[in-house]
Amino acid sequence: MTDSTRTAPPPDPLTGPPPAHRPRHRPADGRSRRRSWQDHPLRRATPWLFLLVPLALLITFTYVPVGNMVYYSFTDWDGVSPDRSFVGGDNYEELFTRPELFRVFAVGLYYLAASVVQIAAALYFATILSFDLRLRNLFKGILFFPYLINGVAIGFVFLYFFQDGGTLDSVLSLLGTDGDHAWLGDPQSANTALAGVSVWRFTGLNFVLFLGAIQSIPGELYEAAQIDGATRWQQFRHLIAPGIRPVLSLSVILAISGSLSVFEIPFIMTGGATGTQTFVIQTVKLAFQFNKTGLASACAVVLLLIILAVTWVQRRLVPDEKVDLV
Amino acid sequence: MTAPARTSVPARTSAPVDDRPARRRPPRVSTVLTYASLVAASLVVLVPLLVVFLTSLKTSDEVADGTDVLGLPHDWLNFSNYGTAFTDGHMLMAFGNTAFILLFSITGTVVIGSMAAYAIDRFEFRFKKAVMALFLIATLVPGVTTQVATFQVINSFGLIDTRWAPILLYMGTDIVSIYIFLQFIRGIPRSLDEAARLDGANAFTIYRKIIFPMLKPAIATVVIIKGITTYNDFYIPFLYMPSEDLGTISTALFRFKGPYGAHWETISAGAILVILPTLLVFLFLQRYIYNGFTRGATK
Repeated sequence: MTDSTRTAPPPDPLTGPPPAHRPRHRPADGRSRRRSWQDHPLRRATPWLFLLVPLALLITFTYVPVGNMVYYSFTDWDGVSPDRSFVGGDNYEELFTRPELFRVFAVGLYYLAASVVQIAAALYFATILSFDLRLRNLFKGILFFPYLINGVAIGFVFLYFFQDGGTLDSVLSLLGTDGDHAWLGDPQSANTALAGVSVWRFTGLNFVLFLGAIQSIPGELYEAAQIDGATRWQQFRHLIAPGIRPVLSLSVILAISGSLSVFEIPFIMTGGATGTQTFVIQTVKLAFQFNKTGLASACAVVLLLIILAVTWVQRRLVPDEKVDLV
Repeated sequence: MTAPARTSVPARTSAPVDDRPARRRPPRVSTVLTYASLVAASLVVLVPLLVVFLTSLKTSDEVADGTDVLGLPHDWLNFSNYGTAFTDGHMLMAFGNTAFILLFSITGTVVIGSMAAYAIDRFEFRFKKAVMALFLIATLVPGVTTQVATFQVINSFGLIDTRWAPILLYMGTDIVSIYIFLQFIRGIPRSLDEAARLDGANAFTIYRKIIFPMLKPAIATVVIIKGITTYNDFYIPFLYMPSEDLGTISTALFRFKGPYGAHWETISAGAILVILPTLLVFLFLQRYIYNGFTRGATK
């Protein structure tokens, strides 16, 4: 590396005489010239000086916890006492053999179903609002705003909404339906209600992402399609759908990993009561309420592996550069 | 927002189709249905919020009466619930704590993210690929899963129940910002760096005097996304700052649940107090917010 840079030190006047039409990317020349400037050992340390703090934080707060978590999951540590003993795979065995610990994953299904509704609604509104409508920006703002609201505030708004004789009951009786139902009273309706809150909260983000993708499709394409006599459905099918594919696949992956790791809304609204406990609520309770750090770590490791697997599958199915992070 | 640009497209291409400006307008038949669905969706969004706003202006007797949830308050200027929420609910302290955390974590994120992006984009060094992979893989680890172990790391630094715990976590686990900066920094011409270098500027001067000022749009994006997500975060302050005088707006509002359990007028006032700053920021910075979240989520 150093040799090549020493043998080819391009002098400045040679590489950069016409600065006016100097291309932005100069693959070979620019690189070797920068290297020659960096030959000095102290200068070669420069990037590391810039990376010192970011890398230290990244390792301390992402990689050390992940490593520790895997380690804790093989111990019986309670999170407080100085001693912990190695118990092998006992935590994992407990997790997979005690059905009540694993059953909470089923609650995630409500949220998964909700995210289907959410993506469909977002897609619909993004499509219709990509046309020139009256009050377009107002509707766009209204649909997006819930995504920006504080989760605790949303929790309270909907506790009031679903409570006995609350907003929902009143609206229903206004519409002539008998609305005296304890919405958060039994597991099925409570989970449906909470999943509904999740739709209310997150549709806006999907909607704005889809809208952005649809609007980045060049307008000429629509014109061409119309001249060719394409119907509106054909336009959607052959223009809009391919255009939003990357964002759609991103939304699907966010929906799946999101519904596996639901925490805020059910924790704030019900605290996990009446069968609304999710896997993350259970993990947090195990770790910080029952001091079962070992078992909680095993739960977290399982969740992490599932999410990594889902991401991996998605990357394999939709190898799209636009969703790639580099 | 982008509509004007789009309608000007036919004019620019100077095609003889200028007599069809309503090119992308949906057909008349479905127009009514389209608007109906939009109005219905708007009602679904707004009604829960409006009812809470109305409740926040009612007296406790009006609320306890409970027969007319959708009714209007008798006195539209009854702000006493807001007073209760502010003083008894420690909302003032909560806004102070949130502002403190916001200030430090946003400044830190901007400085750290832009430095990392500068180092990765402008230098060739050994293990560069490995460093990028470290940042990339970290985006896949959902923070919510690792808190069990992160808690112990923070604990070993003795930072539990201080405002530095959330500040460090917000600064240290924000990889999306690094990507936003990285994406933006690629568009800044390298000839600027080189010109400055010929004038004798060192790497840090180039970062501070050239790169950082040119990153302004990216900084705006990061500040908005980071600001809103930090303002709204509940999980981290809830875990790391249990004491009452360290409440952020999320945790302070959450604590309303106990003492005001049945006092919906106070809880509503608290919720509105928390939502109001978000609404104002949204109204003034709409365009930047849409762009910011679109960029933040896809990158």
